[in-house]
Amino acid sequence: MSELAIELKGIDKSFGLVHANRNINLKVRKGTIHGIIGENGAGKSTLMSILYGFYQADHGDIVINGQTVNIRDPNAAIAAGIGMVHQHFMLVENFTVLENIMLGAEESQILNAGITKARAELKRLEKEYALEVDPDAVIEELPVGIQQRVEILKALYRKADILILDEPTGVLTPAEADHLFRILGQLKDQGKTVLLITHKLREIMAITDEVSVMRRGEMVATRTTSETSVEELAELMVGRRVLLRVEKGEARPADVKLSVKNLTVRDSRGVTMVDDVSFDLRAGEIVGIAGVAGNGQSELLEAISGIRRAKSGTVLLNGRPVDVTGHADPAELRKCGLAHVPEDRHHVGLVLKFEESENAILGYHDDPKYRKGLTLDVDAIRAEAEEKIAAYDIRPPNPRLKTANFSGGNQQKIVLAREMERNPDVLIIGQPTRGVDVGAIEFIHRRIIEMRDQGKAVLLVSVELDEIRALSDRILVMFAGRVVGERAPDATEGELGLLMAGVEGPKEAAE
Amino acid sequence: MSVPYAKLPAWAEYGLIPLVNLAVAFLISGLVVLIVGESPLEAAYHMINGAFGRGEYIGFTLYYTTTFIFTGLAVAVAFHAGLFNIGGEGQAYVGGIGVALACLALDRTLPWYLVFPIAILGAAFFGALWAMIPGWLQAKRGSHIVITTIMFNFIAASLMNYLLNKVFKPLGSMSLETRTFEAGGQLPKLDWLMSIFGLSVGSAPFNISFLLALVAAFAVWVLIWRTKLGYEMRTMGHSPAAARYAGIKEAKIIVITMMISGGLAGMMALNPIMGEQFRMQLDFVQGAGFVGIAVALMGRSHPAGIIPAALLFGMLYQGGAEISFEMPSISRDMIVIIQGLVILFAGALEHMFRPAITRLVIGLSPKTRDVAATKGA
Repeated sequence: MSELAIELKGIDKSFGLVHANRNINLKVRKGTIHGIIGENGAGKSTLMSILYGFYQADHGDIVINGQTVNIRDPNAAIAAGIGMVHQHFMLVENFTVLENIMLGAEESQILNAGITKARAELKRLEKEYALEVDPDAVIEELPVGIQQRVEILKALYRKADILILDEPTGVLTPAEADHLFRILGQLKDQGKTVLLITHKLREIMAITDEVSVMRRGEMVATRTTSETSVEELAELMVGRRVLLRVEKGEARPADVKLSVKNLTVRDSRGVTMVDDVSFDLRAGEIVGIAGVAGNGQSELLEAISGIRRAKSGTVLLNGRPVDVTGHADPAELRKCGLAHVPEDRHHVGLVLKFEESENAILGYHDDPKYRKGLTLDVDAIRAEAEEKIAAYDIRPPNPRLKTANFSGGNQQKIVLAREMERNPDVLIIGQPTRGVDVGAIEFIHRRIIEMRDQGKAVLLVSVELDEIRALSDRILVMFAGRVVGERAPDATEGELGLLMAGVEGPKEAAE
Repeated sequence: MSVPYAKLPAWAEYGLIPLVNLAVAFLISGLVVLIVGESPLEAAYHMINGAFGRGEYIGFTLYYTTTFIFTGLAVAVAFHAGLFNIGGEGQAYVGGIGVALACLALDRTLPWYLVFPIAILGAAFFGALWAMIPGWLQAKRGSHIVITTIMFNFIAASLMNYLLNKVFKPLGSMSLETRTFEAGGQLPKLDWLMSIFGLSVGSAPFNISFLLALVAAFAVWVLIWRTKLGYEMRTMGHSPAAARYAGIKEAKIIVITMMISGGLAGMMALNPIMGEQFRMQLDFVQGAGFVGIAVALMGRSHPAGIIPAALLFGMLYQGGAEISFEMPSISRDMIVIIQGLVILFAGALEHMFRPAITRLVIGLSPKTRDVAATKGA
């Protein structure tokens, strides 16, 4: 059993001045599920990219099944028996399952012979690993859970013995994630080795045999999963003790601050993304919107904040109607007391090439207090940025540093500081902790609760069900653009999971 | 992780890399000269001497520099808002109408210092007008600005051909140009500036619009980095989604940006029309609008980079003319090759030597490595 599938010896990689991996040693035993955890920017992805041949290590050796190999590119990795399932699937959307699996392994210019062979091989793999997929289904018509299965089949078709999965559950419902874990268990039983990269500690505890922790480009520890705890792993990741549970008191909901009625939103292709959604949001409460990514939550936030035009419906902000179907203007809504922390801070909430202080006024740059005559009052802007940096402990504390150079957690704090310090009546937050390190999550959650306790109305969208359950006073579940149910935060994960998967429980049937 | 190469110190980023690129461009140019059978060293001598050897030569170099500062700034302003204005050529050409109208109407009655501001406004107005149409088409109809501005260069050429033929040409004249302006339509040369350095401007048309170009460069810096409009332009240029989120009106910014860009391009017309020829001739822009693209690329769309880049191209123009004069086997086309190589290495292949230089710089300063490493990937 102690035979090693992968051994990394002294892997070192720098990108210019950035030292992404330093002297990494890792041993992965054959036939195990090995987890790799670490905060964003800890170097997990770089390490896996080296293993899969996207990058070359500056120093160090990769030993696969006892043989030192030189992995120059992904083809060499495949030849060495390594398969990778990327976080964002690498599938051709309008190809069938079979065509996707064959892609790059066609074997001849004429496809016919290959197709017959591939179909037979696919049948065999499906049976062996209980991975049922219709080989003639078109990818874009399949749910994400099945698409992921296709990615796994793709790797197996290329005779992978070692499977790397990069954040595989980000796009899955809890039920789909459970199914994936069962598949991984089966793969393990068949003697395959699985490397699971994730930042979710619970997943690590649930399915891995061993776990390695990375921090700041270094491998800081490897533990046997059964002998460690979530608390210990979190501490190893962050380098200090972390409070994992959010403490909060009772909500005291007051007046309705935001009222959404029969809101319907279509995307640019005309597909209905938000379908007849209605809800009220009161001062002093947090309403969480749960759902698997892509079920209309993004479009809902965009329509409410005036970025995307709605097809029909009404929105009242502080009792005043918002022209969501016509000329709703994000700048105008801000003045009326709406603050918006967008889901995608890299492209929407921040301009990464701007200085920190420039991002600290984005959307509020019209405010006369930032102006001096015809020009911007740069000194005042920087001084205010410094205050926010101090209040939100943004590091490094330099308002002139380019935003791209801050870590994910600090970038999110820049956005939160900007939106929260405006003292809005309604705060809508999308994915508050996506790509944010554990240490900052604690801080961000505390601030959100503080906003509620100050009597703000908070609308929270997150694909992390744990986060929704921890913060919300009421939970709305969205599926296929509709609100399919409302639950109290103490609803079980299973119940919410069923709603998120679009399976209506008996209660809805009665309604 | 997302940044393939680490940040270099400023001296390497803005000094070393452009210099290396430039050196390689000149090296290859030298090889071409060698293949033609001439001495590259002699060519280099004529280039440098022709550009800076005498007060008069410097005057010519700075005359071209003036032109390229205007067109370079025009491209740069649009660039900051994410717009690629290739129409500087046409906008400068049409801007000439404003200069010509001001001069033709007032040169006999007003002194130059009163005609000049009116001509500036006229040039900027017509240039802005010509750029506004593609801007409006992009903002409202989604027509791509690259396509429309190119098309508008051709339309401008035809329009000006017609106007010079039918409107501006004095009766009985054979050449396609306006009448020569009187004293009120002639900008003074900057001999006083040259004489400070003990040089004489000679016959070179180095005129006061050079100072206007420097003022424009400073004004562009203020606009881009110190005004709300510039802030909104940059936001849109870096991230249209962030601009929408911030409530910035995309259509408005596109049209205004293009008008400012076109206005700057139009002001280029002051230099040849009021500063050199004292009349508007057919095809007076002579490709300066396109050189502006290279200047903006080399100068990284920053006024502090555009001025030296414009000076470099001014030198290539003036020195290049001198080479073809002194060395007959090197034709004018050779100069175009050299300019092309400079654009190729400074613009298109900007990052070719970056990995090597990054390694070198890091190797030289081990201290910076440790500091950066603690920040993590």
